Amino acid sequence: METVLEIKNLKKSYGKKTALNIGDLEFEKGKIVGLLGPNGSGKTTFIKLVSGLLTADAGDIKVGGISIGVETKRIVSYLPDTNYLFDWMKTKDVIAFFKDFYKDFDEKLALSMLDKLGIDLKQSLKSMSKGTKEKVQLILVMSRRAKLYLLDEPIGGVDPAARDYILKTIISNYNEEAVVIIATHLIGDVENVLDDFIFIDDGKVVLSGSVDEIREEEGKSIDNLFREVFKC
Amino acid sequence: MSWDIKGDRPVYAQLVEIIGQMIIKNIFPPDSKLPSVRDLAASAEVNPNTMQKALGELEGEGLISSIRTTGKYVTNNVELIAAYKRKLAVIELGRFIRKMKNLDYNLEEIKDLVDKEVNNGNSFRN
Repeated sequence: METVLEIKNLKKSYGKKTALNIGDLEFEKGKIVGLLGPNGSGKTTFIKLVSGLLTADAGDIKVGGISIGVETKRIVSYLPDTNYLFDWMKTKDVIAFFKDFYKDFDEKLALSMLDKLGIDLKQSLKSMSKGTKEKVQLILVMSRRAKLYLLDEPIGGVDPAARDYILKTIISNYNEEAVVIIATHLIGDVENVLDDFIFIDDGKVVLSGSVDEIREEEGKSIDNLFREVFKC
Repeated sequence: MSWDIKGDRPVYAQLVEIIGQMIIKNIFPPDSKLPSVRDLAASAEVNPNTMQKALGELEGEGLISSIRTTGKYVTNNVELIAAYKRKLAVIELGRFIRKMKNLDYNLEEIKDLVDKEVNNGNSFRN
């Protein structure tokens, strides 16, 4: 199997506080992996390190065999957990923006998904509901033909119908040469979509494995396992 | 039929059951083309690799066959589908009988009870 993302002894601190300290991890192509952990466990730090927005204190991250840098940004498609688009923009502006920035952006695909959702290209982002905005952002990110998709809380705070739409969009659009990492604490909502999972807490990997193998061995869902591991 | 995936068992095993039932119930009729793995996965909201694994198992049963480049088809062998239906029914019956035995019913009593309740037009006739 071909490794898309390779992580070695990754460390990141904010001042004296260690945010992330993980050993070696490999992500093989074609997999959808859940990065699962409570709030403040280091999920977003991990995603930001891999996307190249933060610099690690120690360790190595390689995407497609290349260390994180300008080269890897071309093949990594990142959905932040906050609004990353300017509110004054209209949908068509955002499309133009993505087209300018990313060579691998499939404009036709994005337009057809937006059309199916009934989104007017002249509509400005500020006039959209939270759920609609999340959908538009996801469409843009999934319309890139990337090697690695990093989705930080893609279903945070949306209603169940929007959640279904978002999961279906991820399943229908990632390519089999790619890896998708979904960082979330909403485990029950995403676990059926995952091949593998990684539980992180306090910046460390607590448990990882294949979703179906754990279900077979433990006779319980990843959500229930999570509740046991992180019992307070 | 809906994709009602429960938490306590592997997803692929549940997909095998649900798609098997869809074939038995003629939702996917004999000789019909199945939707793509990706579309099936999206509609069930499951991982495409898991869907692939489930379809692989049904291929092993002979219920589905892959025709290169054109996709997957339900078998045209209706006897095979009937046999599969029967096999699942026998498994289900086994589970039922085990549960009834836990309630201290023997086989004769189970048969009597089923007859009686069916004749009374009881709740499970829907």
